[in-house]
Amino acid sequence: MLNDIKVGWRTFRSIFKGMGITFGHLFSPSVTLQYPEERMELPKGARARLYVNIDDCIGCNLCARACPVNCIDIETVPSTADVDLGVTSTGNPKRFWLTRFNIDMAKCMYCDLCVHPCPTDCIYMVPEYEYSEFDRTNLVYHFSNLKPDMVASVKVKAEIEAEEKLKQKEELARQKAELAKKKAEEQAEEAKPKSDEPAAGDPGKDIKPETKPVSDESDKDESKPETKTEGAEPAADETGKEGIKPETKPESDEPAANDSDKEGIKPEAKPDNSDADSDESSKKENGE
Amino acid sequence: MNLFANITSLPSILLHAAIPLTIILVYALVAIWGERKIAGFIQDRLGPMRVGGFHGWAQSIADLLKLIQKEDIIPTDASKFLFKFAPFMMFAASYAAFAVIPFSSGYIGSNINIGVFYLLAVTSLLTLSIIMAGWASNNKWSLLGGMRSAAQMVSYEVPTIATVLTVIVVTGSLNLMTVTEMQAGNDTLGFLPNWLILQNPFLIVAFIIFFISILAESHRVPFDLPESESELVAGYQTEYSGMRWAMFMLAEYADMLLLSLLGAVLFFGGWNSPFGEFMSGPTWGFFWFMLKGLLLVFVMMWIRWTLPRYRVDQLMHICWSILIPLSFINLVFVALWELIF
Repeated sequence: MLNDIKVGWRTFRSIFKGMGITFGHLFSPSVTLQYPEERMELPKGARARLYVNIDDCIGCNLCARACPVNCIDIETVPSTADVDLGVTSTGNPKRFWLTRFNIDMAKCMYCDLCVHPCPTDCIYMVPEYEYSEFDRTNLVYHFSNLKPDMVASVKVKAEIEAEEKLKQKEELARQKAELAKKKAEEQAEEAKPKSDEPAAGDPGKDIKPETKPVSDESDKDESKPETKTEGAEPAADETGKEGIKPETKPESDEPAANDSDKEGIKPEAKPDNSDADSDESSKKENGE
Repeated sequence: MNLFANITSLPSILLHAAIPLTIILVYALVAIWGERKIAGFIQDRLGPMRVGGFHGWAQSIADLLKLIQKEDIIPTDASKFLFKFAPFMMFAASYAAFAVIPFSSGYIGSNINIGVFYLLAVTSLLTLSIIMAGWASNNKWSLLGGMRSAAQMVSYEVPTIATVLTVIVVTGSLNLMTVTEMQAGNDTLGFLPNWLILQNPFLIVAFIIFFISILAESHRVPFDLPESESELVAGYQTEYSGMRWAMFMLAEYADMLLLSLLGAVLFFGGWNSPFGEFMSGPTWGFFWFMLKGLLLVFVMMWIRWTLPRYRVDQLMHICWSILIPLSFINLVFVALWELIF
């Protein structure tokens, strides 16, 4: 009997304790956010959507290489000698036209690995998370601000310059080779018993240091994924010359076209830059 | 002041029928919205916020319109007539009991001298309609749910009646209007109202037993086993949809209000103002009466979001081996108290 009363007392005490707790919560502020009207502030460093400040991009391709899922697609074209693309806001000179800079946010896994390699800090996450689309292709973001006709003309110019460089390089290589041959012949004449071995080695040794600056340039070129002419470069032998010569034949016509292109591009490039500036300012506003 | 004394002509009968119906319908809309808001607030949420502007006040109306548009599905092998009839009978049972509730000093549907007896008799039809719904669905789970529900209601009717009887022992009248009138005035300890719960310590025990029993009778948490919406489908309502289901819902909310109002009449002075003559009169009486009833309804909702659900065996144990003996012992003590004082 006494025990029953104790149990009853405990029961009611715990019920009223519980009811006290719920009554307290009746007046405590709600944790609900009325979503479309109210939004939670994203924490610092939230990974929501990638953004590229294209005016600061130097086309180094580091982000695309860092990407584990290959969602960044970059195509660059080296700028020709007649165009100065200027410098980024961090002071790095820009040497490439960015003809394509696409990020497929449908593939992106928000790992943030592309953000840190960027030398100019131009690729970063922005706190924008409401970008669902009905069509998956709409999730591919195009950051390049070059117009299609601009892209085409830039490509043509870059190709022509690459060919010219190649030609110059071959010419240089040929001259060096001839020079080396002459030297070798002279040496051979001077010292016949020493056989051909050093003679065959010497021209190679002589050529290599002299061609180094050229090969350095070609190394830089290799960082571009799509320079077709690169394939011909290693085969810069006499057989290569034959293959290139027919290509260089129409060059006599092209310089004229090239000149006209230069004249055509320069005025175009100026408004483009101004566009880019305005874009930059507007994007910064958006970003902040 | 008795505005509706003559019940002779048909318009007057219809008027008498319409007043409780209006009260029930308006109350149901407010209570369903209120229950969801209270649930939200207790759980630190907001509850409905979209429909109608201020705190989603029109949510119940939107739900009602949705339910009206729904298809009226009747299972192929169901007993058609009983299946269709059960929800309306359930609502009718709740609704009919409102006839003897004195809403204010100027209005009672039917001022009969066996009011409480009539109320308890009519509400026992709820059990019948629940079994009817469960059986007519031709679904074993519905039948099981109906049987459980009926068992619960039949069991808890005993302590309810026993506690009501304790009040009747004190008042000596089955007429709820008389019971209310007996509680007028502020004489208890000089200033407290003459409500029965304040006059007799054993009536406090009676009220606690009564409140637990009406929680079980109206299938509220922690005794909502027949439905237990977080565990079962819906008990006897499983096969119902659309407006027929809404009738069950309405009947349950009406039952909740009915039993709360009965509690207010029996223990809290009905339409009597807590301040004696101040703020009394038929309109104020209605206000005080509804306020008391709705406060009890609020406590029911409050308990719903506080306590977990009992098991079936615990439910029956509480009823048969605790509440029923306690209520009868309490009846004896109340009777002794009345003899002595």
